[in-house]
Amino acid sequence: MSKPVTVAKVEEGSANGEQGSRWRWSTVLVWAGALAVLALLGWGLGNTDTPRPQAGAPAPAFEMEFFDGYEWQSAESASLEEMEGQVVVLNFWASWCVECRIEADLLESAWREYRDDGVIFLGVAYLDVEQKSLDYLEEFNVTYPNAPDLGSVVANRYQITGVPETFFIGKDGQIADVVIGPVDSTRLHTQISRLLTE
Amino acid sequence: MNQRNEKLTIVLLLLLALLCLAIPAVAQEPVTDDEVNEVARDLYCPTCENRSVDVCPTDVCADWREDIRQQLAAGRSESEIHAYFAERYGNSVLAAPPREGINWLAWIVPIVVVVVGALLFGRYLKGLRAEEATEDDDTIDVAQSTAPVPPPAADEDDYISRVEKEVREGE
Repeated sequence: MSKPVTVAKVEEGSANGEQGSRWRWSTVLVWAGALAVLALLGWGLGNTDTPRPQAGAPAPAFEMEFFDGYEWQSAESASLEEMEGQVVVLNFWASWCVECRIEADLLESAWREYRDDGVIFLGVAYLDVEQKSLDYLEEFNVTYPNAPDLGSVVANRYQITGVPETFFIGKDGQIADVVIGPVDSTRLHTQISRLLTE
Repeated sequence: MNQRNEKLTIVLLLLLALLCLAIPAVAQEPVTDDEVNEVARDLYCPTCENRSVDVCPTDVCADWREDIRQQLAAGRSESEIHAYFAERYGNSVLAAPPREGINWLAWIVPIVVVVVGALLFGRYLKGLRAEEATEDDDTIDVAQSTAPVPPPAADEDDYISRVEKEVREGE
């Protein structure tokens, strides 16, 4: 009489064991999934938390495809690496940017003044419609190399805060100075003169 | 007669020329603001927070809307225009990440979370129901029993203890 009762209990115990095991596996899976999502978020945050390039830091590398008629040494595209040994004035601008208009003439006149002394001016059109950029360049008679920032890659690498923003890069490829907002004549000439003598 | 024919030919040629000029004007219907906004809705202003291009008042978005209008007039599709903007300004201008590479996670993870959550919740409810059913059975058993349950015999008790111990070890 007692045997069937015992077998039923054994079966029940075994079923409970299987259920418990399945439950544990699903718990492990849920936790693993949650940890994977958290790890991914952490990785993403870590990537976005890289420090903004400042004076004294190496200038982030980039390659740009120039606008037609605004090439550097007749090359359709060029990288910062190719400009090593020369002073680079990297200027971010946009046709919709009102402040950029303040410095446009100054940059062009400085380019004409220093172009034969080993100074490269590079304009980077940030979030701009191509035709508008070209109209802007024509309006201010800009002649120094200019390129659109395709995919906003260069702006992201330099983590610009807006436009205009100008980076002075020395012959050694290090950032010497960063100007947020329109650059003024004194700072522009002082920085270029200093970097040329280094 | 010849002169008359010549005049007629000139008039016909002029009419034909006018017709040729008129055809592109009819074929190129102007792109409406609604059509532009339909495309602009899935693009986000890069200089302000959480504002789609169709409602953003900044100059950059006004330029972009004009660019969209020109591209629609040139016969480009909505997806082609979105791809153009992503390539030119980066994926961050898109309202939804493109379905490629690691971006797939953004599409798959929420679905997986919902499905797994539903399964676990279903399992939890099933467990609750089973527990309630067991409790009900126990109550009925206790209520219906007229005689006290005899205590198990000593040998049976010992056997059950051993089986339970083995089951626990098996776990």
